[in-house]
Amino acid sequence: MKLFATFRKGRFDVDVREVSPGTTVSGIAGEVALPEKEIGIVLVNGRHADLSKALSDGDTLAIFPLVGGG
Amino acid sequence: MEDLRGFLRSCAQGDLISWASQVAAADRFLRSVFSVEEAALEMGLMPARYQRNRRTISTAEQLRLFRSRVVIAGAGGLGGYLVEELARLGVGTLVVADPDTFEEHNLNRQLLATPANLGAPKVEAAVERVGRVNPAVRVIPLQCAFSRENGAELLSRADAAVDALDTVTDRVELARTCRELGVPMVHGAIAGWYGQMATQMPGEDITPFIYRSGNEPKGVETTLGNPAFTPAAVASLQVAEVCKILLGQGRCLNRRMLFLDLLEMEFEEVPIASGPAPGAPA
Repeated sequence: MKLFATFRKGRFDVDVREVSPGTTVSGIAGEVALPEKEIGIVLVNGRHADLSKALSDGDTLAIFPLVGGG
Repeated sequence: MEDLRGFLRSCAQGDLISWASQVAAADRFLRSVFSVEEAALEMGLMPARYQRNRRTISTAEQLRLFRSRVVIAGAGGLGGYLVEELARLGVGTLVVADPDTFEEHNLNRQLLATPANLGAPKVEAAVERVGRVNPAVRVIPLQCAFSRENGAELLSRADAAVDALDTVTDRVELARTCRELGVPMVHGAIAGWYGQMATQMPGEDITPFIYRSGNEPKGVETTLGNPAFTPAAVASLQVAEVCKILLGQGRCLNRRMLFLDLLEMEFEEVPIASGPAPGAPA
């Protein structure tokens, strides 16, 4: 699991985590206390994924914060 | 026209025409400096102000930039730098849309904001700035918010649009209108030390990937704010992208997004899938 930008603060850059089968992106984001409304881009194995996507063994998850300032 | 051309030819030094000569031509033939610059470029004369562009941008390409129309949606942090760089680059017509006036908290980063123009419309400052920096460039100021109602009119005849807006809702709307009109759009967004940019070419839709449902109107910039350098960095990347789109050169940042972390100095390229958006009907 890779976190980017502000999400690293007080958490980690990269971590290997074990989760129960069927855990979704949303579930694991909750485990590391990422506020869902701050989540922007989500990649699973380098491809875009929904928060509802269930993770499988060996998946790589990357989460970026929502950036919208101009 | 022949008189103007003859005059310009007589003033040229090699294939360069000085600003003083452009102004003299405009006065003498009662033309705008805009039309004098176009006439010079058509003759293969390079306005001297662009001479250091030449190894990068030829005279013919400079004419192409000058005949281009670029819409800058938002004249805040990103927008100020976009106006500055696109005007110096020599893009002939800039449409600048922003409903806001300057406030004190804009001074830390917005190029067009000064203590003297607090309370004044941002688009007015854009006109003044370009008038000082490159008077040959035409600025069309629109003191209004981008919306579904005015979007098509705002983007009419645009060769490219630049997203420098500050809400997700407006950004999604701009991307939609660009898609409907087949106008290439360069997205940029900032928050604190972080920024992102991506290009949406006609036929593509970047918003489901960048903003998922689009239901959150703002991102982490609401807590992080924005320092001086982040808008400058992202806006410069956006202008490079616009230049390539207008000239049909290089490889644009479409089907991928760049995420900038200026704190760690990391630049992450994120793929944007070319198929239907996640969650979209197959």
